[in-house]
Amino acid sequence: MNDDSKRGWPLWEVFVRARRGLAHQHVGSLHAPDGTMALRNARDVYTRRGEGVSIWVVPSAAIVANNPDEKDSFFDPAADKVYRHPTFYDVPEGAKHL
Amino acid sequence: MYGNYDTGTAGGSDVPHDQDSQQRFDQLIAADQRIEPRDWMPDAYRKTLIRQIAQHAHSEIIGMQPEGNWITRAPSLRRKAILIAKVQDEAGHGLYLYCAAETLGIDREELLDLLHAGKQKYSSIFNYPTLTWADVGAIGWLVDGAAIMNQVPLCRCSYGPYARAMVRICKEESFHQRQGFEILHTLARGTPDQKAMAQDAVNRYWWPSLMMFGPPDEESSHSAQSTAWGIKRFSNDELRQRFVDMTVGQAEVLGLTVPDEDLRWNAERGHYDFGAIDWDEFARVIRGDGPCNAERLHRRRQAHDDGAWVREAAQAYADKHATRQEARAS
Repeated sequence: MNDDSKRGWPLWEVFVRARRGLAHQHVGSLHAPDGTMALRNARDVYTRRGEGVSIWVVPSAAIVANNPDEKDSFFDPAADKVYRHPTFYDVPEGAKHL
Repeated sequence: MYGNYDTGTAGGSDVPHDQDSQQRFDQLIAADQRIEPRDWMPDAYRKTLIRQIAQHAHSEIIGMQPEGNWITRAPSLRRKAILIAKVQDEAGHGLYLYCAAETLGIDREELLDLLHAGKQKYSSIFNYPTLTWADVGAIGWLVDGAAIMNQVPLCRCSYGPYARAMVRICKEESFHQRQGFEILHTLARGTPDQKAMAQDAVNRYWWPSLMMFGPPDEESSHSAQSTAWGIKRFSNDELRQRFVDMTVGQAEVLGLTVPDEDLRWNAERGHYDFGAIDWDEFARVIRGDGPCNAERLHRRRQAHDDGAWVREAAQAYADKHATRQEARAS
C-alpha cells in the first residue's frame, strides 16, 4: 500500500433535482477522486429510489459561505427595509385585486 | 452545505468560546432549532455527536456482514435480489452517516481507523451469527424494527446534518422491516420444519433486539445530557416498551411466539409487562466477548485492505487526468 491510498479523496457536495420544474437541492456529500466518480457515487448513494432526474456534484472546497457568527450583521441590510414587504402598504377599502 | 470549511480545524472551533456563543447555542436548543455545522457548539456536544454518529455509521456497515452471509444462499432469485438491495442500502446508510459525522470536523478515514482498531463501537446486535435463512427475516423484522424505533425520534435531533441523514434512512428502513416480516410470514406458513426455523430465529434474536435500546434508564450514563441537548428525545426504557407493545401483535399475525414467559398485557399500565433482560450478556458482548466480535472486525479490516488497490487505481486515474488537463491548459 503506498501513501496515496491513505490520502483521503476530496469531498464533494451533492445536489439533486427531484423532478422537472424544481431546483437542485443539496442532499449531502461524498468522497471521490474526481468529478466523474463523484457523479457515479452520488447516483448510487443518493438516488437509489428514483429520487432525482439530474445531479450536480461540486467540490466542497469551491463553495464560499458566510460566517454563521456574523449572521446578524451580515443580514442586517434586509432587516430595516420593511417597505419591501406588501404588508407595509395600506390598501384603501374597496380596492380589489391588489 | 459545508464548503469553505476546513475539516482539519472543525467547523466553528476556530471561533473563540465566549459567553455570547454559549448563550446563542443555548437559545437555539431551547427554541428547538437546529445546530448547523459551522455554528459554535460546546466541545462536549461535538464529541458526543461524533461518538454517536460514528457508532451508528459503523453499525450500518458492520450490519452488512450477517445478512451478506446469506446472499449466495438466498432461497430464490427474488429473495436474493431483495437481499442485495437491502445490504446495499446499509452501505448507503453508513455513507450518509459518515458524511454527517464529517461535518463535525473529523475525517472518515480517521473514523474507520478507530473502528478497525476497536476504539469505537458498533451495535452489539451484529455480533450474533446468522445461522439460518430465517435469521435474515428475524433481523429485518426485529433488528430493523428496533432500529426504526430508535431512529424515528433522531429525525428531530438538534444537529441538522444528523437529523437530515436520519430522515433518509428512516424512509428506507421500512422496506427492510417489511421484507423481514415477509420472510418470516412465508416460513411460518410453510412446512413444520420451516415454521420451527422461523421460531428458532425469533427465539435467538428477541432478547438481543431488546438490548438494542441500551441499558436501563437508571444506568444510562449519557442519557440526561443528550436529552438536554435535544439529541435524545425518549429514554431507552420508553422506546423498549414501545417496541415490545408494537411487536407482540405482529408476532401473533406471524403465528410465532416471543421467548418470554413473563410477557403479559398489563391493563392498568396499558402496556405489556416483560421479563428481565440479561444485562450481563449485553456487557459481555459490548466488551468483545460476543459470538462474532472477532470475526466481524477481522472481515471489516480485510475488506478495507482488499479494496486498497481499487482506491489507489481510482486516485491514479484522477491524478493522470488532472495532469493531462493541466498540460493542455498551459
